[in-house]
Amino acid sequence: MDIQAIAKEIRKDVIRMTYAAGAQGAHIGGSLSMCEIMAVLYHEVMRIDANDPLNDDRDRFILSKGHGAIAMFAALKSIGLITDEELMSYKHDGSIITAHPTYMPDKGMEFASGSLGQGLSIGAGVAMALKMKNKSPQVYVLVGDGECDEGSIWEAAASAAHLGLDNLVCIVDKNRLQYDGPTDEVMNMGSLKDKFIAFGWDAYDVDGHDCKALTDVFKTAHDKPLAVICETVKGKGVSFIEGNYRWHNASLNEEQFNQAMAEQEA
Amino acid sequence: MKYSSSMMRMWSRLGPSGSLGAAAMEIGTVDEKAVFLTADMTFASGLERFKNSYPDRVIDLGIAEQNLVDFAAGMASEGFNPFAVTYASFLATRALDQVKMCLGYMKQPVKLIGINGGFAAGILGPTHMAIEDIAAIRSIPNITIVAPADMTELVKSVMAAVSFDGSMYIRFTGEMNQPSVYADDYEFQIGKAVRLAEGEDIAIIGCGTLVYNCCRAAELLKEKGINCSVINMHTIKPLDTDAIDSVLNSKLIVTVEEHSVMGGLGGAVSEYLSSIASSPALLKIGVDDYYPHAGSYSYLLKENGLDPEGIANSISERWGIL
Repeated sequence: MDIQAIAKEIRKDVIRMTYAAGAQGAHIGGSLSMCEIMAVLYHEVMRIDANDPLNDDRDRFILSKGHGAIAMFAALKSIGLITDEELMSYKHDGSIITAHPTYMPDKGMEFASGSLGQGLSIGAGVAMALKMKNKSPQVYVLVGDGECDEGSIWEAAASAAHLGLDNLVCIVDKNRLQYDGPTDEVMNMGSLKDKFIAFGWDAYDVDGHDCKALTDVFKTAHDKPLAVICETVKGKGVSFIEGNYRWHNASLNEEQFNQAMAEQEA
Repeated sequence: MKYSSSMMRMWSRLGPSGSLGAAAMEIGTVDEKAVFLTADMTFASGLERFKNSYPDRVIDLGIAEQNLVDFAAGMASEGFNPFAVTYASFLATRALDQVKMCLGYMKQPVKLIGINGGFAAGILGPTHMAIEDIAAIRSIPNITIVAPADMTELVKSVMAAVSFDGSMYIRFTGEMNQPSVYADDYEFQIGKAVRLAEGEDIAIIGCGTLVYNCCRAAELLKEKGINCSVINMHTIKPLDTDAIDSVLNSKLIVTVEEHSVMGGLGGAVSEYLSSIASSPALLKIGVDDYYPHAGSYSYLLKENGLDPEGIANSISERWGIL
């Protein structure tokens, strides 16, 4: 299956999970924006073995924007770490597939998240530890652009550059919308790329829905920590969700579900 | 680690940071996975000598406590044994969400060391006092809380933390030339309180370096014919309820802590006593629900009735109206 097709399957699972959650809904907008990022990481970039998920030589993925959980769960299904049945138990009482990921490394959920602004610090600690163990894996941390409002992101950014953590990659899903509206209106952070560069990182802007471009930039050699600012569309791939901040966390009725799924085959 | 009386006297002279520095040197040899992380507090925490010996095992994250706690958790998840050291105040309140997420929720075995707990840096004002740290961290599941009674116990608790399989918060109080509770070596076990004095009227349960003042207060009360037992409740969580059960025949239980009377040792003991049908009366001695004005350590302890005379007077007063 080509990578774009895998991204499409992840996107369809995000839609299915949202529909399965019923009236509770799901964080669908910010999950649809990261489907290509997930497909590329799990199928083109990261070394990860579903038969040996705790192998010390695996690349680490940390979902810092915890509300993107359903896209990560769909990606974990795509590599065989969780089943479709588990996926469809999303938000059911007693299920491991929750609104925000829990701590379950053997299922590929390296860390819990949901309290924003923590994944990059945790990732920096992991990257430091890997260096001290003389291990070569990379640590990929996915943050949201709204999440970059959190001061702790920049504490982590400073320390990663200071400590020379060239095995750390911060991926920003820059979908330009946060809960209250456009990020530029809620809290205008200016150029995230310039900010990371100012903090001593290598940084690139990339089209976050272009799998080839994503693959290339993730594989770019870097002797500093690497920030990849992915220009994305919140709600990508579903016409009535794209670019509408009201779909940050929402439910799909049957008609909407059918339309959303049909659009994937168009 | 050797606990000779000369070493114990030396640690007492050095105070908390010097004693941590001495313990760190031992840790350097016994656990190669142990690392010390700090937020611009390498020098203040007494870790300079360790840093000189093991430059790669001290990571200074600058004045960034949130990053400190999460970074430490990341290292713990990779098999390191991280000690995150900075002011108790900034660990327990500034970085509390990080503590909740990583140590509480995800159970990453980070060892938090809060220096200058209580009024130890009270001269710097309420920002640098930690009188709500025990309450804050005690409310988070999965974190063991230890407040050592003297510098020997401080060294013992830090050494115990090295092999402790879980998250910990060790809260330092006291100062240089801190009086010793223990003249000789003794057995320290996390979660097991130490009975220091016997007396059938009243049981004084203390934690941290105020345990010394509790012992002195018991002596003052004895002169008045009031007999007190003294318990060093060095581990506040999990609480040693057996030790409390052993003093339920007392007419009064007193808790003494360099902390708010809300939610700390007194809170923990009162929660336990409330589950017992005919428990003795309880007097909680600590810091009332307010922020004291900046002042020297001895001044603040006295102002808050935490010096031996103050403790004895409060107990004597309560005893008189039992």
